[in-house]
Amino acid sequence: MKLVWREALLSFSRTRTLSVLSVTTIAFALFVTGLFGLVALNLRGAINRIEERVEIVAFVLRGTPSQGLAVAMEDIAAFPEVLSVRYVTEEDALAQAKQDLVEFRDAYEDLQINPLPPSIELRLRPGFRDAAHVGEVAERLRGFPFVEDVRYGRDWVERLDALRTLAGLVGGAIGLAFALVSVVIIGVTIRITVLQRAREISIMRLVGATDWFIRGPFLLEGALKGLLGGVLAYLLCLAVYAGFKAQGLGLGIGLEFFRPIHSLAFLAFGTLLGLAGSLVSVGRHLRKV
Amino acid sequence: MRHPAEVVAPSRIRHLPDVIRFTNVAKRYASGTGPALEGITFHIARNEFAFLTGHSGAGKSTILKLMYAEERPSSGDVRTLGFRIPSIRPDEIPRLRRRLGVVFQDFRLLTDRTAAENIAFALEVTGAREDVIPQRVARVLEQVGLAGKADAFPRELSGGEQQRVAIARALVNDPAVLLADEPTGNLDERATRGVYQLLRDINDAGTVVLMATHNLELVRASGKRILELRDGTLVFDSAADQGGEP
Repeated sequence: MKLVWREALLSFSRTRTLSVLSVTTIAFALFVTGLFGLVALNLRGAINRIEERVEIVAFVLRGTPSQGLAVAMEDIAAFPEVLSVRYVTEEDALAQAKQDLVEFRDAYEDLQINPLPPSIELRLRPGFRDAAHVGEVAERLRGFPFVEDVRYGRDWVERLDALRTLAGLVGGAIGLAFALVSVVIIGVTIRITVLQRAREISIMRLVGATDWFIRGPFLLEGALKGLLGGVLAYLLCLAVYAGFKAQGLGLGIGLEFFRPIHSLAFLAFGTLLGLAGSLVSVGRHLRKV
Repeated sequence: MRHPAEVVAPSRIRHLPDVIRFTNVAKRYASGTGPALEGITFHIARNEFAFLTGHSGAGKSTILKLMYAEERPSSGDVRTLGFRIPSIRPDEIPRLRRRLGVVFQDFRLLTDRTAAENIAFALEVTGAREDVIPQRVARVLEQVGLAGKADAFPRELSGGEQQRVAIARALVNDPAVLLADEPTGNLDERATRGVYQLLRDINDAGTVVLMATHNLELVRASGKRILELRDGTLVFDSAADQGGEP
């Protein structure tokens, strides 16, 4: 093990320029992937925040006995999709309308009677905020005899669905493409180091080193380069994020950075890429020499 | 008079394993036009020194590669130190090679390591104990006459000296067989004689030496066994010519 470390570190220092170059290449490949990850993360955050506004409103027939309503509301709250249920009285509805629709405040002031019916407002749990689930819950609400009408902004929810699908598809495709490009770039970079040491590999084989013994230093070197590249890429992403924040960009939408688990996954991804690139390159070389 | 237990029955003597045995060996490369080797049969006994001669492309290197399992024969059988090369398992190859030393025309030294480090490398990668490495390196450097050049890098050494380092590296694991593929091909006459004498000394100490070369002058003057190849076939074996078994 000591020899594996020594050989890996020796190789680093002996081929300093190439090592710096390969770490930089790995760093940039991962940086691009990381930037995309940040964009995807923030886009998902934005969609989640929009989703939180998905709301179903069931208008209640005036004169519905409050006792029956309370029982029904308990039933509704027990729906698996439902996060919260709130009863909005006619007065609350009018007060809310006055607050929300400032342009019509005067018109509301002149009213002799309250035209707004009482209602039940439902919020759904995450994962149930798509058109299919929302429509299903709305349909169930319509089945209650005291419910006059159910509104949930069908068009809006459907558009949100489309946006979510599109973001998922585009994000998945671009993310996969970036990750693949990183894998290829890192593979090629590591292959160059392995090729540069072809002579060493052939001598090791000749004097009877086992394949795993030969692989050891290369795998360690690849993993270290991947890790170093990952750390550099992470710092670059952090710098870009800090830059955006300092410029005041994205404050309105609450710009997010990687959570600790994401950061760990990012570094592990770099290390694994370095390791896999080495394994493939050395493996190919061991068969070839 | 020998103790009865040491007496080997005559029927068993014939079956004692040779160091190297080729039986009707053929080697064909997929891309090649003709066979690289065809119908090769010979064996090398303990303590032997033999030359493998022939023009370039006659198959000398292929025979050596078959011996150290860098290649497998297309047909026939090759045995080196008891290992059956046609069916050798990948994990057996390092074990075989630790009992063999191989040297080449181009020395194959690591240019960024000193003579001593090049030799130590061969021990380290085979998992030798760290505390025995320096003394074993010093011993082989002494053996090849380079005791004072331990810290020299290959570029600071002459061709003959570099080949001696390569031979020292091949010897450091105490091999039973030393295979030398044109070891004097890049050397002047004086260095050639020096390397040849070194290989003879190594043979005298009990290591089998098989040297591929097209230096006919050296071969003829040696009085050693000669195996001559032409276009992939064995056309002459001096041992057979003198009544020995080919």
